[in-house]
Amino acid sequence: MSTAGGNGAAVGAGGTAPLFGLVLAGGRSTRMRTDKAALLYGRRRQLERAMALIALHVKRAYVSVRADQSTDPLRARFPQILDTRENLGPIAGLLAAQARHPEAAWLVLACDLPLLDELTLAHLVRSRAPERVATAYRSSHDGLPEPLCAIWEPRSAAPLAAYVASGRQCPRRFLLGADTSLIDEPNPGALDNINTPEEYRSAMTALVPEATTDPRHITVQYYALLREQAGRRDEALVTHARTAAELYAELAGRYPFSLPPEVLRVAINTEFREWTAPLTDGDAVVFIPPVAGG
Amino acid sequence: MAGFQFTGTPIAPGELRVALADPACGGYAAFEGWVRDSNEGQRVRGLEYEAFEALGVREGERIIAEAIARFGVAHAACVHRIGALAVGELAVWVGVSAAHRDEAFRACRYIIDEVKHRLPIWKKEHYLNGDSGWVNCERCAAGPARAAAEDATPGQHVHEHA
Repeated sequence: MSTAGGNGAAVGAGGTAPLFGLVLAGGRSTRMRTDKAALLYGRRRQLERAMALIALHVKRAYVSVRADQSTDPLRARFPQILDTRENLGPIAGLLAAQARHPEAAWLVLACDLPLLDELTLAHLVRSRAPERVATAYRSSHDGLPEPLCAIWEPRSAAPLAAYVASGRQCPRRFLLGADTSLIDEPNPGALDNINTPEEYRSAMTALVPEATTDPRHITVQYYALLREQAGRRDEALVTHARTAAELYAELAGRYPFSLPPEVLRVAINTEFREWTAPLTDGDAVVFIPPVAGG
Repeated sequence: MAGFQFTGTPIAPGELRVALADPACGGYAAFEGWVRDSNEGQRVRGLEYEAFEALGVREGERIIAEAIARFGVAHAACVHRIGALAVGELAVWVGVSAAHRDEAFRACRYIIDEVKHRLPIWKKEHYLNGDSGWVNCERCAAGPARAAAEDATPGQHVHEHA
């Protein structure tokens, strides 16, 4: 990690701000000549895929839209934050989000990153530096910060507003001049965006295996030691995990589970199942710690 | 009552026994599991049972059906407590009635053994020294060497999840 410049933002004491998610879907998709948020990959549209991916990492997820897009059926399915400024590009969405929830840090995601994968997002969240202005990937192409797959801390709001007030609107240049923690991409290429029909076709080809495994809505119940370690009795989540084994691996990355999967059993929809059983949308999963009846 | 159930209130064996009565039966066997004041060298103050009840009832009913089919007994039932229990309380009860004593004993033994190994129920022990722990779970997290040593104690370690 390194700092590109520094604007003297104070490193404050106190707790880490809660992480909220913002998927930017207010673009005009001029070069694509069609709405990028609605592009299909497999059976899901890009906005649905981005919202499912971001939901795994944040307390609340919103879609950022222009006022004239708020009734668009695709965008209306998600909680929205409407732009309050016009012709500012992606920074308008972030400003509106920071005004709505000044207490939150924002995981911002552009809606034209079809190759973005779970690992890249998880690595960003794990690498978050809450004492800095932002945490962002260093582009594998030009070494510059990637502002639209980045975490913007609450402390970025004031300097960002000042930056915009001075007539500038490039979030990349802002991060370059701010106290930004820059990290390297675990999967170079995952942040390649698409702007033209040719790039869309190329991304579709690259995504064939992933595009056939849509994210699933799964509920999980926790019992005994797992309940204590997860800190909850149940949750509903959206996951790309294809099997119970993959789901446990994903959850073990989020909670301090001490039990290895070898000592657990799995139940899906109130019946014992194999770890390799495929997960289906709507499944209820229970991981069963070593039992102790009698 | 026949079959399997969980209960959050004290088990009354006298009432449960009546439901197994049958003029065709000459033998009745029962097992009661009580909360003991020590486990693996630790002094136990009390414990809590937590169950995945929906699956637990299904699995319990399967165990009872297996016992009836395998040993040819007339009636069988099992009740398991959940929630907080003090030392000396009745944690699990099994009752079987049959034409003769031998199959009643064997079915009763089968049910309690299978219940201990297969039912999705967990026991948290509270110790006199203030500690507490989930039985069979804490040692799994301790590492493979310890777990392998525990496997040498038949009936105490329930990892096999057959």
